[in-house]
Amino acid sequence: MSIRGKAFIAGAFEHPLREIPDASLAQIHADVALGALADAGLSLDDVDGYFCAADAPGFGGISMAEYMGMRPRYVDTTESGGSSYVAHVGHAAAAIAVGKCRVALVTLAGKPRTGGSPPGGSMGDPQAPETSFEVAYGPTTPSLYALAAKRHMHEFGTTSAQLAEIKVTASRHAKHNPNALLQKEVTVEEVLESPMVSDPLHRLDCCVVTDGGGAVVVVAPEIAQALERDCIKILGHGESPKHTDNGRVDLTYTGAVWSGPLAFEEAGTTPKDIDYASIYDSFTITVLETIEDLGFCEKGAGGPYVESGALRAPDGELPLNTDGGGLCNNHPSNRGGMTKIIEAVRQLRDEANPAVQVGDCQLALAHGTGGSLGTRMGSATLILGREDA
Amino acid sequence: MTGELPRPEPVVSPEARRFWEATGEQRLRLQRCSECAAVVWYPRGICPDCSSSNLDWFEASGRGLVYSFTINHRGTGPYEGIGPYILAYVELEEGPRMLTNIVDCDSEKLRIGQLVEVRFADTGTGTALVRFTPVETVADG
Ligand SMILES: [Zn+2]
Repeated sequence: MSIRGKAFIAGAFEHPLREIPDASLAQIHADVALGALADAGLSLDDVDGYFCAADAPGFGGISMAEYMGMRPRYVDTTESGGSSYVAHVGHAAAAIAVGKCRVALVTLAGKPRTGGSPPGGSMGDPQAPETSFEVAYGPTTPSLYALAAKRHMHEFGTTSAQLAEIKVTASRHAKHNPNALLQKEVTVEEVLESPMVSDPLHRLDCCVVTDGGGAVVVVAPEIAQALERDCIKILGHGESPKHTDNGRVDLTYTGAVWSGPLAFEEAGTTPKDIDYASIYDSFTITVLETIEDLGFCEKGAGGPYVESGALRAPDGELPLNTDGGGLCNNHPSNRGGMTKIIEAVRQLRDEANPAVQVGDCQLALAHGTGGSLGTRMGSATLILGREDA
Repeated sequence: MTGELPRPEPVVSPEARRFWEATGEQRLRLQRCSECAAVVWYPRGICPDCSSSNLDWFEASGRGLVYSFTINHRGTGPYEGIGPYILAYVELEEGPRMLTNIVDCDSEKLRIGQLVEVRFADTGTGTALVRFTPVETVADG
């Protein structure tokens, strides 16, 4: 059984603020929930399935259901870091396909900038079996991605300037987004001259950290038909963990090598068919490895591919992260997966910022990454299409 | 580059106790699966390759090659404010790649593929952290 065409995204909402000192985490979950439901033309009373990750405050999805006054018949608090929300949409579609719910709400909220939530991730849990063999040596999130960048450079000749082009592209897109945290276009030189955080990653190779959040509403086909709103068809989903594999960790690829083919197969499409891609961009190297792993270019050829301008909207070969992505727009709670889905929905609805709207956008891909490229991660891929796709 | 790195005490799980006891004696011990012969890293109670729980301990050579490394400028926790330090993966002669630090080293000269050997950093609690240093001949010096 496939989820292809069994569920639709009817509503999407991104919190417009990047600093939210005056609302609690729970309230931000509620605010984005109401925003996405209003976008769909639905209300909280319609929701019978609820999805959030384990970084939501309280006791999984139960505390948030209580706060918002929901009594869903299906709750899923799958935790895979920043890839959680992309996975949740796949899980919601599966739940709808077998009749477990008909209106599924997925929410994300975070406040790492003004306090109120930790920056995400669970590195250092003393009960985790890997902790003693890693944390004592001082790994940080950027340094674990830097290890991957260094090895990719070693094996394939990738350069810092090629990685910088990914930030440059994000900044060219972000200048059209009035809500983006960073709206100034940057050059390759500015990226390379920004302070080194963890060699070879500079400060501008890293994403922003923001307060914020987002939500999407996934509905059954008969509900999508009844709504006034253009709905987005869910065509395929794949997810996979990648880990250190009994000491055989290979830093040159991500879990997208598994999640991507699963999603493409379910959707009945190939990378060549994709008009727009939202790719998780915690760091520039995250994008580079992921586009290779999803098959948009050959393994190791990501550097030249990016350098050619392929990622630039609206006319590049693979217009990418047209909201400015995590690198320039937002990365709420260090978890960018939700915003990847939201911008893909905007593109398919012709609602992206006009300067970066892809012409005749029929098929889009959204990919989430959680955890760390240098150790263990979650990967999740969604293929989305217009209502008649 | 930084001189002395922090030496945080590891959390010792029952399954990894013999690994940590050995480090306290300046020895690097690894597990090998007696069913499928896989070297198991990190230490645990089940072979992740074949699910066997028949794991034996053996003494590793303490040598390896640098698989990847980074000079980290912004440490956190005990590493906050100590200055740049090297985080690396070392591929042990026995196969596994382990996360570690490279110490006593000119970071400008460090390369992927560089031969390194083990150094034990005593935590003062009967265990030691496993770090590595480049192997250089006198002639290179
Ligand atoms: Zn075995």
